[in-house]
Parts: sequence; structure tokens; C-alpha cells
Amino acid sequence: MTNASAQAVSPPWDDASITAIRRDMLRFARMQLRDSGAAEDMVQEALMAAMTSAKSFAGRSTFKTWMFAILRNKIVDHIRTSAREISGADLVGRAGGDAELEDFDVLFDQRGFWNPDDRPATWADPEASFEQDAFWQVFDICMNNLPEHIARVYTMRELLELETAEICAELGISPNNCFVILHRARLGLRECLESRWFQGEAR
Amino acid sequence: MKMMNCKDATQLMSERYERTLSLRERLSLKVHTAMCAGCSNYGQHLDVLRKATARLREGNMGSER
Repeated sequence: MTNASAQAVSPPWDDASITAIRRDMLRFARMQLRDSGAAEDMVQEALMAAMTSAKSFAGRSTFKTWMFAILRNKIVDHIRTSAREISGADLVGRAGGDAELEDFDVLFDQRGFWNPDDRPATWADPEASFEQDAFWQVFDICMNNLPEHIARVYTMRELLELETAEICAELGISPNNCFVILHRARLGLRECLESRWFQGEAR
Repeated sequence: MKMMNCKDATQLMSERYERTLSLRERLSLKVHTAMCAGCSNYGQHLDVLRKATARLREGNMGSER
């Protein structure tokens, strides 16, 4: 490979593409951190890191995917260094709260079967929904509707792709507790997406 | 064997992403979802959630802007 071909895949640093990517990066970081200030900082750091390591952009992935990988690494580092400051006990205390358990319990009847109104329906063409910006706005809202500690564990698992074992260890909670929290996140998110998006789509 | 309820079935469908279910768990889940349209849909929806979060991870939301 010559220098010329290396330059051919240099990242597109023009304003328009950065602005669009930056907006989506912010949305991602906010979903993860639930703190606008911290999210701004992370995105800024990721952008600076990207600019100084532009040589490592091999052009194999899209520019945006590459930027998101840098952002994810930044957030993982941030979480790993600050995990010791997050009170794991506090997290468990709140996660074990019965009030929240009951919140999700209302989906089921006394025997543990779906209430007729809450029974999951068929979702029409989710892939087509993924192409719509409005869907991601609803997804954002639904993520925000989750109690903070539940969203934290869920986003660590699904957006940062950390292993469940590591998440439990970082936060000082038992694997079983981790499973229950992830389960509640999925229950809540699914229910919200159905009522706010897919139900309207199907009709 | 007592039929599993939807509450337990949804919990197991979630745990499927976190650990390998035992043969017994897989069987009772299979029996349950074969008879329960709601839980059968639920299982598919969890896959949709997986795909959606994968998209978010890659920064692949919506059409190209």
C-alpha cells in the first residue's frame, strides 16, 4: 500500500458529516450516561481521539461505525474508572425495591399469565422501522422511561457489549440480580415500544 | 410437569441471552411458547431489541443522513 492509497481512506472531516455524526453520538452517550454534561464530554473526547488517530481509520468500516467504536471505548473506560465511585450497594438497594417489581408485575395476572391488554402482539416489519428516524426517537423515549439503574445495566450490556459477569462485578451485584434487572429492562422497553410505536404501525 | 406461566417464560427468554439454559428449562419454554402466542411474540420482540441495540452500537440508525 502506498501513501496515496492510505490518504484515499482518510476520514471525511467536513462539517456536515461531523455534525450529523456528532448528534447521533450524543444521543448514544446520553442513553448510556443519563447526564448531558458527561455525554458532551465523552463525545468531545471521542472526536479528539478520532482526529489524532485518523491513521487507524482503515476504511474497512464506515466512518460513523469507526467513530462509534471510539466513543464506546471512551465510555467503557469512563465506566471502569468510575465504577468504584458508583455505589453498588445503592444500586442493589434500589433494584430490589418492591415498588418497581410490582410495576412490571401488573403486566401479568395473579397466576402469572399475560393480562389480555398487555399480551405481546405481532410487530409488523421491524427492519423497516429501523430505517425511520421517528422510530429511534421513540426508542430514546422508551429508554429514558426505564428507571435509571435498570437502564444503566441494560445499556452496559447491550450498547457497550460488556459481559454480564463484568457488569455484575463492576457494580457489585449478584449475577442473579443482574439477570433480573436485564429482564425488567427488556420487559419495560418492549412494552413501551409496542404501545408507542408498533401498535400504531399495525393499524 | 406443571405448565410454566408467562412471567417465568419471559424471564427465561431474557436469561437465554445471559447464560445457557438447562435442557429442562429449554423444554418447558418450548412447550409454553408453542401454546402461548403472547410469549411466542415476546421471544421475537427480544430479538428485535437485540437488533436495535446492535444498530445503535454501530451508529446505524435510520437512513443515511
